[in-house]
Amino acid sequence: MRERIASGFDPFVLPFLVGMAFVLLYCFFGALRVLWQLPREDRRRFLLSLFIPATAWKNVKDIFLNCLLHVKLWKRNPVLGYMHSSIAFGWFMLIVLGHLEVYLFVPSRLHLFYYPIFFNYFVAGADMSLQGAFLFFLMDLFLLVVLSGITLAIIKRIRSDIFGMRRTTRASLVDTVGMYALWSIFPLRLLAEGFTAGISGGSFLIKPLNWLLEVVFGTEFLQNGANMLPTWWAYSIALFVFMVVLPFSRYMHIPAEMMLIPMRNAGLRIRHPRRGFALMEVYSCPGCGVCIDACPMSVKKGNLKDCTVYLNRQIRRGNEKRIEEISDKCLLCGKCTEVCQVGVEGPALRIAQRSRKEYGLSPDYAAVDVGRLSAAVADSPEVLYFAGCMTQLTPSISRSVCSVLDKAGVKYRWMDRTEGLCCGRPMLQAGRFAQAKEMVRRNTAIIKSSGAKVLLLSCPICYKMFKEHYKLEGIEVVHHSVYFDRLRTTGKITLTKGDLCYAYHDPCELGRGCKVYDEPRNLVGTAAYIVEAGVSREASICCGGSLGSISLSFEAREAMTRNALDNLCKGHPDAIATACPLCLSTFSRYSEIPVRDIAEVVDASCQG
Amino acid sequence: MDFGFGLSPSSAVTLDRVDLSLYRKLEELNPDIRTCIACGSCSATCMAAEYSGMSVRKLILNIQRGADVSKMLSCCMLCGKCTMVCPRGINTRKVILDCCRYFK
Repeated sequence: MRERIASGFDPFVLPFLVGMAFVLLYCFFGALRVLWQLPREDRRRFLLSLFIPATAWKNVKDIFLNCLLHVKLWKRNPVLGYMHSSIAFGWFMLIVLGHLEVYLFVPSRLHLFYYPIFFNYFVAGADMSLQGAFLFFLMDLFLLVVLSGITLAIIKRIRSDIFGMRRTTRASLVDTVGMYALWSIFPLRLLAEGFTAGISGGSFLIKPLNWLLEVVFGTEFLQNGANMLPTWWAYSIALFVFMVVLPFSRYMHIPAEMMLIPMRNAGLRIRHPRRGFALMEVYSCPGCGVCIDACPMSVKKGNLKDCTVYLNRQIRRGNEKRIEEISDKCLLCGKCTEVCQVGVEGPALRIAQRSRKEYGLSPDYAAVDVGRLSAAVADSPEVLYFAGCMTQLTPSISRSVCSVLDKAGVKYRWMDRTEGLCCGRPMLQAGRFAQAKEMVRRNTAIIKSSGAKVLLLSCPICYKMFKEHYKLEGIEVVHHSVYFDRLRTTGKITLTKGDLCYAYHDPCELGRGCKVYDEPRNLVGTAAYIVEAGVSREASICCGGSLGSISLSFEAREAMTRNALDNLCKGHPDAIATACPLCLSTFSRYSEIPVRDIAEVVDASCQG
Repeated sequence: MDFGFGLSPSSAVTLDRVDLSLYRKLEELNPDIRTCIACGSCSATCMAAEYSGMSVRKLILNIQRGADVSKMLSCCMLCGKCTMVCPRGINTRKVILDCCRYFK
């Protein structure tokens, strides 16, 4: 092995060097900016977390598994998983092995940034030793792996349906430029190394290519070093273009995710819609468009541009009008976050956006008489039942809940039977945090004065709110589906199996929101027969009635509800069971088969 | 005409003198408020009615007449019951939020 170029330099490396310097500087200052934007305690928490061994190890592991191997994507879609990990991990290995080559053969050049990338151009006969031949074999192997990934990417661009994606994002101009640059990097590398393989040596991929080129161009042409330069220039320029457009294209997710993972592991969350952690999530969005198919609003090709991927794009562009439109429309069902490989929190981003609105008038709830409401629940027995606003519109639920409690011999007090306050979640989802906090404060005072030990809720919206935003020390917050399942297992109620067959609908706030999936199914399974819907549990489709959306009209929601109903009726059930009063009333409007709350199902088959 | 002898304040509305800018804005953003039939379903279900006399029916009417709505809105909790019961499918929550937003 010897070095072919004595100076170890050729002008073609310059585009690569400029591009590399640009992208490194951009990411460095970008990271500093995000750090500076974080609130002081968040910044401290993040920086400290980097030095906690357990967290640091988790960071390294998560970055390796998610950014390079794309394990999450493999689990969801193996073909897409292979496509992404072959490019990411293959490229990573090419860089690592390039450095290893330089370290083993020309350690004096290790300080040169470009040497590992363009190693083949600068050396001759590197495959003469066993070590060299083995490294060249590995290089060719990983180049082949990357090329296979690129081939899949090209096929996916033309026929995304083969990969199980019905719809993908419309690429913006800069994304397209970045994509073509990325696609061309590796074929150009193959070509450049193929031209040089006769001199530098090569393995199973570039050596045969060299023979082929020899047939086409003649041996003399290939012996002349100047003739191989155009391909090396092209390879270097492709790298340059990719790295220059990277910060402005979706490929920014590659460096951004490496910072997002440690931040998430440090326990940071979105506090401002455009700064710090939120910015990190926005830039980490790879623009894959998985959220488009997942979004319940996208039925019948409607609202396609209102999914999280487009929100992220508009936030990056600073298109205020569209940001507000997209933020206000969303149902906040959380399905986009569930399917997102990076874990971009679409609903949290939108709520943060909503919170930036200014209002000329703000409710203060000064007229609410907390004393009177507290007196009404004073000396309550162990269980305090909070039906919630939506349950008051579906009295069949509260009637069944009370009936089951009576049959089980549970003493309870109904907190909002005649009057009461909202839990505050709709206000919170509208981004009016101060108002929501006022409601939380008042409800907390009332509940604490009651002396109850269990707060029983019928509405998953309230349940999530009480669980996450109330500080009710010593009081257990429980949804009726969980509570009834407990009554069943402890033998307080006995259920007889009926002959109806139910499909159970997972309400967004109970399922994805609070991870309650099994208790309602246990209850339905004991009281009747159960059949799963087309998609369910984490993938459950929002009923379309969600209070999360501010601007969706009544008419626009119909298609979403019908789509969710079609999904539920896939297994031909006799009736639909759900655990949310809002889902119940939304489905009842259009359903051809009866819709029942879990409490009604339990009550109908329950003996005390 | 108010001669100052009445026991209760005059409830006369002079539409010529009323500032309708808020109503115009609301109408522009929520054209469906024109379809309100004043059935009062929203008033009947309202959680805040007990505390501040809130009612979307009255809210729309008062804004059309240029009367003050700040008191009734002071206890609205945005719970969405009015939206659920509205027979005309009016997005009352958005009407309320827009009203708070452009209130001067």
